[in-house]
Amino acid sequence: MNLGSRLKGKSGKNLLLEVGIVAGVALILILIVPLFVQGFRLNSLGRFLALAIAALAIDLIWGYTGLLSLGHGVFFALGGYAIAMHLQLAPLAPRALPEFMGLYGVTELPFFWQPFASFGFSAIAVLLFPLALGSILGYLVFRNRIRGVYFSILTQAATIVFFNFFNGQQKLFNGTNGLTNFKTILGASVSDTQTQYVFYTLTIVFLAATYALCRWLTSGRFGKLLVAIRDDESRVRFSGYNPTGFKVLVFGISAALAGLSGAMFTVQTGLISPKAMDIAFSIEMVIWVAVGGRASLVGAILGTLVVNFGKSLLSEQFPDIWLFFQGGLFLIVVTVLPDGLVGWLRTEGLFIVQRIFGAKEIATYPSLEANPEIQMEKETLNK
Amino acid sequence: MTDKILEIDNLTVSFDGFKALNNLNFSMDPGELRVIIGPNGAGKTTFLDTITGKVKPTIGKVSFKGQDLRKFSEYQVALLGIGRKFQTPRIYLNLTTRENFEIACNRHKNVFSTLFGKVPSQEKQTIGGLLETVGLTAKVDMQAALLSHGEKQRLEIGMLVAQSPDLLLVDEPVAGLTDEETENVGSLLLALAENHSIVVIEHDMEFVRQIAKKVTVLHEGTVLCEGNFEEVQNDPRVIEVYLGSQDEHE
Repeated sequence: MNLGSRLKGKSGKNLLLEVGIVAGVALILILIVPLFVQGFRLNSLGRFLALAIAALAIDLIWGYTGLLSLGHGVFFALGGYAIAMHLQLAPLAPRALPEFMGLYGVTELPFFWQPFASFGFSAIAVLLFPLALGSILGYLVFRNRIRGVYFSILTQAATIVFFNFFNGQQKLFNGTNGLTNFKTILGASVSDTQTQYVFYTLTIVFLAATYALCRWLTSGRFGKLLVAIRDDESRVRFSGYNPTGFKVLVFGISAALAGLSGAMFTVQTGLISPKAMDIAFSIEMVIWVAVGGRASLVGAILGTLVVNFGKSLLSEQFPDIWLFFQGGLFLIVVTVLPDGLVGWLRTEGLFIVQRIFGAKEIATYPSLEANPEIQMEKETLNK
Repeated sequence: MTDKILEIDNLTVSFDGFKALNNLNFSMDPGELRVIIGPNGAGKTTFLDTITGKVKPTIGKVSFKGQDLRKFSEYQVALLGIGRKFQTPRIYLNLTTRENFEIACNRHKNVFSTLFGKVPSQEKQTIGGLLETVGLTAKVDMQAALLSHGEKQRLEIGMLVAQSPDLLLVDEPVAGLTDEETENVGSLLLALAENHSIVVIEHDMEFVRQIAKKVTVLHEGTVLCEGNFEEVQNDPRVIEVYLGSQDEHE
């Protein structure tokens, strides 16, 4: 009993510490970083932090639940389109047409564009549309026990379907060019520095909230069950759980988060186009998580920032070789760092640090120090 | 009729024409400990697959407490009160011993109560008791991947019991264990048999002798004979099935 309450106190303290760290990092990003970094770089940071939300979404389903989605670009783009449609309509008089529609000879605003004149509706749609699509798709796929590679291939197929649909609909979505040229949102100018700073701040708040949500989902019995589904799904069935519901819920949440990420990315980039549904982009998301470390939430965020800043810096210097570099990076991660940067830090990195500080090396497996039975014997002997 | 806990009538399971189980009849009383033996390919694992809903009968019927199991899927069969232990220990390696137990012990296995519910103190007590029964109290917060093979076997049996099933299906619980561990598992099963019905599938004859009251021999997908250990051991058909094939090798 004593031990139990002690452990509880300790985990409570750890949780407080974690909340403190997250809040601290968020405050530094919001208040201090903009003092040193401005303009293009700050905008990049904001956009990459928005992408980090998508990386958390991938990590939730891939790292923890073992569902490798290669089609999250679809959900990302849906969120982006939802907010972009509002941004097209926001500066216009009611029922007026966005500029591009006039070019293609559309005379009346399509019915499904109409509700997007409302900011509230669009903001909800950013989460709800991907959530609905993800849940329906998830239900159909998981109920039929489609898993592993087959699941990944299906998500890719979905990506192609959506890409072709949005790409082909010039009249409805401006086709390949996508939606751009945003003017105002809630009366403020979108490209204004202050508005962009609000987007930047919101992105960080949403990222922190997403982190908290994922942290909550992946801890406790629910989180352990996700890991159990990842490691041995049929065993979970024989334990009396129906994995379908759990997977649908997690996949739906993940899709909604990707939508949020897409919306925040779109408002800071000023453009959403079918390119976001390109298979390559969906695979890139997976690479961020792999580089940072699967099944580590911090790793997903870190991986996104590292890869994207690397991409941004390298492609400025050597625009031609960035893709080679990205491919190489993925190869290195798969062969040398299978658990990503954070995974490496947790194992080898930790040993190196310990060795530097002169800690004893562990010689047995599992180590005598870590074997509770031996520790217990020691205690009883000493009594 | 319905006082049997498990009743199997004329069960045939065929895979693309190959009959893994052929017209098999089997029944078991509540509280019984039954050992099933049989040479490789006799259909022992298919037998368990059919009971747990993994494989559906081609012909025939499996009933548990008088209820036809055909329409239930694996997780529903588990919720009805049939627990299964696999041949190789199948536990969640990346979770700790305690977390393994918590997943198995959960009374409300739907999505939202798993998400929002806390582990009730009653379940914690059950888990504490089970940890003692299977002798893993000291390793409760250790990652299951670090347990020895024998400990993993005991953990999986413990997880089964945590589901509080009425019928335990145990597939080769002592494969790959040392003699001492085998005896541990044997006494664990005997202790569990006091308030559960158990089906054990096993190859190890010493172990069968230790625990068996009644033995069923499967051969080519059907029941060859049934009786106590001595009867079965001396049955000429059983000797032929087991030893006859050995002669050919010599």
